[in-house]
Amino acid sequence: MKRELTCISCPLGCQISVEMEDGNIISVTGNTCPRGERYARQEVLDPRRTVTSTVETEDSIHRRLPVKTVPEIPKDSIFPVMNEIRKQCVTPPVSIGDVIVHDIAGTGSDLVATGNLTE
Amino acid sequence: MRELVIIGGGAAGLSAAVSAYDSGIRDILIVERAPELGGILNQCIHNGFGLHTFNEELTGPEYAGRFITEVLERKIEYRLNAMVIDVQPHLVTYVSSEGIVTEETKAIILAMGCRERPRGALNTPGYRPAGIFSAGTAQRLMNIEGYKVGSRVVILGSGDIGLIMARRLTLEGAKVLAVAEIMPYSGGLKRNIVQCLDDYSIPLYLSHTVTEIRGKRRVEGVTIAKVDERRRPIPGTEMDFDCDTLLLSVGLLPENELSLKAGAALSPVTGGPVVDDTLSTDIDGVFAAGNVLHVHDLVDYVSEEAAIAGRNAASYILSGSHSEDKVKVIPGNGVRYTVPQYIKRNAGSVTIRFRVSDVFSNATIAVREGENVLKRIKKRVLAPGEMEKVALPGPQYNEEIGIEVEV
Ligand SMILES: Cc1cc2nc3c(=O)[nH]c(=O)nc-3n(C[C@H](O)[C@H](O)[C@H](O)COP(=O)(O)OP(=O)(O)OC[C@H]3O[C@@H](n4cnc5c(N)ncnc54)[C@H](O)[C@@H]3O)c2cc1C
Ligand code: SF4
Repeated sequence: MKRELTCISCPLGCQISVEMEDGNIISVTGNTCPRGERYARQEVLDPRRTVTSTVETEDSIHRRLPVKTVPEIPKDSIFPVMNEIRKQCVTPPVSIGDVIVHDIAGTGSDLVATGNLTE
Repeated sequence: MRELVIIGGGAAGLSAAVSAYDSGIRDILIVERAPELGGILNQCIHNGFGLHTFNEELTGPEYAGRFITEVLERKIEYRLNAMVIDVQPHLVTYVSSEGIVTEETKAIILAMGCRERPRGALNTPGYRPAGIFSAGTAQRLMNIEGYKVGSRVVILGSGDIGLIMARRLTLEGAKVLAVAEIMPYSGGLKRNIVQCLDDYSIPLYLSHTVTEIRGKRRVEGVTIAKVDERRRPIPGTEMDFDCDTLLLSVGLLPENELSLKAGAALSPVTGGPVVDDTLSTDIDGVFAAGNVLHVHDLVDYVSEEAAIAGRNAASYILSGSHSEDKVKVIPGNGVRYTVPQYIKRNAGSVTIRFRVSDVFSNATIAVREGENVLKRIKKRVLAPGEMEKVALPGPQYNEEIGIEVEV
């Protein structure tokens, strides 16, 4: 099996091909430098993303509180995590860095406030 | 009389305030029309800010938070819900709940940011139904006000804000059907193409534009078509999409009504004031930084640039000197504009930021003083979407500085 990726480690944006067999990487080609290979391996074997969104608030001048997942979650957990985010409602005070949900959707990552919430 | 008034409390205004303070100025006032400091960063809840400045990936509000803390720690004065309505040399007039106030000040830093190009400037035929938003407005409605913007969405323009909104809408349950870009390349960062479009299998149609908007009260559908080299739609290439929302991500314009009132010369290319290496406009004591000067895609560069303006405003306040002895910086082949446009003859080391006018690969950036080559920098890739910079060591500049792309 072959996977085609665009390296995002620098503006050059090399097109990288990863040859796979039984879940193992056979070859990585198309990258111009070693960073590209590192990116491609991570992206094929264990792709991760930071999810950023907002949660509902009560009793605050702010209608939404911005949040993010820390550390990055597996890419295929993005929508399960969004479902959890949608259920949250927070009240002030909240400060940047406060944990809103521990171990969100069983990812091992926390949902953390990226803004302050005042009354 | 005040020493320094800063107009705008976004990334640029905050950084300028901190650096002016650290250069010895104490009597500073930031005037911000919004109810909060932070500017546009407050609505940019995605991550990717601050990699250059803090070596970590922050979201917009977190990045703003770092600088707001710095401002608060220094006890720098600021006024919220205060809108500046007039700027004259050494005079700033603003309206707030206290009424109209005019501050007399030694120096002024313009940091009003930019706004989105209105749709009026785009000649899309059809009615003007509800459901058409600029991407930044949609971003504010979703992220700050908490509204749902639409369910089935087409986005015109592949600038970063449009790409970020494609992902944001998808995460919130909307279906983004297509992103159409009139140019043969995207104006957005590669990283955003991959993580905002490819991740969610959202198609990007390059060399395409919207040719029709259907629906009378609410958008019911749009048609997009391929364009030729002269950006004219090619008949027979139309594709119809049923959608309730059209987002326009078609570029930003510096917000310079006040600069014009002050009498500052504006560059027709950047839309911002013409400045020298100290980021001084051609009006004595008036400096500019951030998106009001030229549109930035990376906030880190905004903070960097604004720190330079803050430092130079401080030395202007302390020494009162204003040198008129300058050389011109000329954008040559393949270079769309430079900031600054002038360098003082005795400026010392100077950083020039610029944008190229096309995509180039394996090109060389050549910097000349008169006929003399100062620098040649090899670049594997140059794109209009990525702001470039060159550092010149100085100490003296005697002839015009030219910057061009050699292929
Ligand atoms: C919609 C949008 C989305 C963006 N998204 C990204 C992104 O995802 N990533 C990124 O790196 N960059 C993004 N940018 C670019 C971003 O603007 C810059 O990175 C940076 O935050 C700009 O800082 P600034 O201080 O120059 O402007 P702003 O943050 O716009 O600050 C200007 C401030 O001046 C105030 N102001 C304006 N006029 C007046 C007046 N007359 N009186 C008083 N106050 C006034 C405004 O209220 C505002 O707070 C985006 C820009 C826009 C417009
Ligand atoms: S492979 Fe290397 S050169 Fe190519 S895009 Fe990735 S980091 Fe850049």
